[in-house]
Amino acid sequence: MRAANGAAEGAVGGRAKTAVEAVGVTKVFGQGEERVVALDNVSIAIQENEFFTLLGPSGCGKTTLLRLIAGFDHPTEGRILLHGNDISSLPPFRRPVNTVFQNYALFPHMTVAGNIAFGLEMLGKPRAQIDARVDEMLRLVRMGELKNRETSQISGGQQQRVALARALAPSPEVLLLDEPLSALDLKLRKEMQIELKRLQHQTGITFIFVTHDQEEALTMSDRIAVMNKGCILQIGAPREIYDRPAERFVANFIGDTNFLQAELLSASKGGTRVKLPSGKTVAASLPEGLGEAVGKSVSIVVRPEHAEVVGKPSAGLLSGTLTNIVYFGTDTHYHVNLDAGGAFIVRMQNLRGSESGFEVGDKVGITFKQDAVQALRD
Amino acid sequence: MSIAEADRALLASSERSAAEIAAEAERRDIRSRWLLSAPALVIIMLAAVGPLLIVVIYSFLTPGDYGNVVWRFNTEGWTGVVLQQDIFSDKWQWADANLSIFWRSVKLSLLTTATTVLVGVPTAYFIATRPGRWRDVWLFLITIPFWTNLLIRTYAIMDLLRTDGLINTALVKLGIIDQPLQLMFTDFAIGFGMTYVFLPLMVLPVYASIEKLDFHLVEAGYDLYANRWNMFWRIILPLVKPGIIAGSILVFIPSLGAYVTPRVLGGGRNMMIGNLIELMFGQGRNWPLGSALSLTLMVIVTIALLYYVRVTSAQRRNYG
Repeated sequence: MRAANGAAEGAVGGRAKTAVEAVGVTKVFGQGEERVVALDNVSIAIQENEFFTLLGPSGCGKTTLLRLIAGFDHPTEGRILLHGNDISSLPPFRRPVNTVFQNYALFPHMTVAGNIAFGLEMLGKPRAQIDARVDEMLRLVRMGELKNRETSQISGGQQQRVALARALAPSPEVLLLDEPLSALDLKLRKEMQIELKRLQHQTGITFIFVTHDQEEALTMSDRIAVMNKGCILQIGAPREIYDRPAERFVANFIGDTNFLQAELLSASKGGTRVKLPSGKTVAASLPEGLGEAVGKSVSIVVRPEHAEVVGKPSAGLLSGTLTNIVYFGTDTHYHVNLDAGGAFIVRMQNLRGSESGFEVGDKVGITFKQDAVQALRD
Repeated sequence: MSIAEADRALLASSERSAAEIAAEAERRDIRSRWLLSAPALVIIMLAAVGPLLIVVIYSFLTPGDYGNVVWRFNTEGWTGVVLQQDIFSDKWQWADANLSIFWRSVKLSLLTTATTVLVGVPTAYFIATRPGRWRDVWLFLITIPFWTNLLIRTYAIMDLLRTDGLINTALVKLGIIDQPLQLMFTDFAIGFGMTYVFLPLMVLPVYASIEKLDFHLVEAGYDLYANRWNMFWRIILPLVKPGIIAGSILVFIPSLGAYVTPRVLGGGRNMMIGNLIELMFGQGRNWPLGSALSLTLMVIVTIALLYYVRVTSAQRRNYG
């Protein structure tokens, strides 16, 4: 019964097999007035050998979903499948799935090696095999020299590596990571992001990563599911999520964005056009389910770096007055008050010897780069 | 004197005066510290060290004819703890009665400690895993017996254990036994009573250490394929061990010196050290022996405490 379920959505690489699947999962905590719906009819399919990220603000249900997959909680409704088998009712110790906890949860009464060996001991592996595997794991996370240290004697970054080694030692089919980098400082976090990516590559294990840090999600993931209020809003590759957000929440949560209202003029394949507040029309991308909105007002987003400031107001798709110029080193942000109402931010890269020459108070135009406009479902 | 030299001299003098000021400040600090702790020190001297000193002195004196002591140096109080002189032959022999009482005290205290661990740990675990409000209710229920006088509670136990008491009546009615069992005035009765009395002293520290336990560790254990059995032995027990040791000390020490419970439930025959000491200060009219017995008890307790300190400090080293 290991046949991959056909219900996989957004499959990467065409014929990838589904590792973990949630089917119509709802999780309710508490009763009566304290009743909280943490997950609301969530369905998701995560492929084998994928670095999959659940991204969302705190309380969006991402950790709950992870805990349902790990088995610490059980769904109120719906099923969790692992390689097509229903594991919803199995306790955590019967699931070939391991977790890296947010606070690492290393056993304080065991050494580094003792922690890593624990899972293997519980699986009843022979001692020689355990010892070999522990050494292998220590090498994998580059911690060989700290083998016999107490877990209280090592730094946060090192504890993180031990937690990873401990979870990887029993060769789980899926590794769950619950905001594992949130306790580390920025430099260490960047280092561990690369390290995690390397480990996933090296082990070929499916990683399901939970984070509220959009940058972390964009840099590490093969695919991202953006969650809010117990629902999955959009699933896609980082580029897709960033360039083609389907909803206002997604556009807002990931990166900086300019929101505008526009009228949808036509919606056909390759010929979608919207009318901007300035009266000019421009091509736009539509998310699914917006086809019937022709003639109505829709929200559109334009990323600050997908726009440009030009000197002649009439040459732009939008026009306005420069209210602020903020220099960031690599780039400069231009804050524009639009003539049609509202504010717009443009981010332009600073090139050597290219002084823009704009000043606050200037009347300017704003042009968009190709494919810059994305309409939203809202 | 060159300017540089003058500067250096000035610097040296100012340095010296700085050091002097610091020393003066420290002296004043120490003075006020002593002054502030004086009331506490007086109380400790009067309440703890003073009486103890009297006991030590009494243990080296000669018993008076009607109790009290005669101010003559004598080591018989101490030899009497373990030895006794035969009335007719004047030969020294082991004080079997005292030794058996010591042995019974240690045995019953260890048994009581073991039973409170067996009963108390699951109880504490049960309480610690209840939802917030219920935890407080259960803790409250555990502490309620403390509000009632120990003697009254012990008499209540007596009502359970008597030949026509609750337990015997129930067993006879159920047809499990024909004749009521002799439960009162046995070592069993004393152990039973002490377990009941000292159980909260085990439950509370164990509860505290279970409550402190990071539940993520339990989840991590389950995640790493530990079933419930392994979870208990490999994760939970090692982590709550400090609480169990603390509880054991709290139960063992007062058990060793217990007086009321063995007096009521053990009758006159099954004495423990506390009863023996009372006997020596009362009918026995041998205050030096009573004092020596008290100090012997103290030594045993101190050994138990030293063991506790060693174990816990070793643990602190390990767990950080």
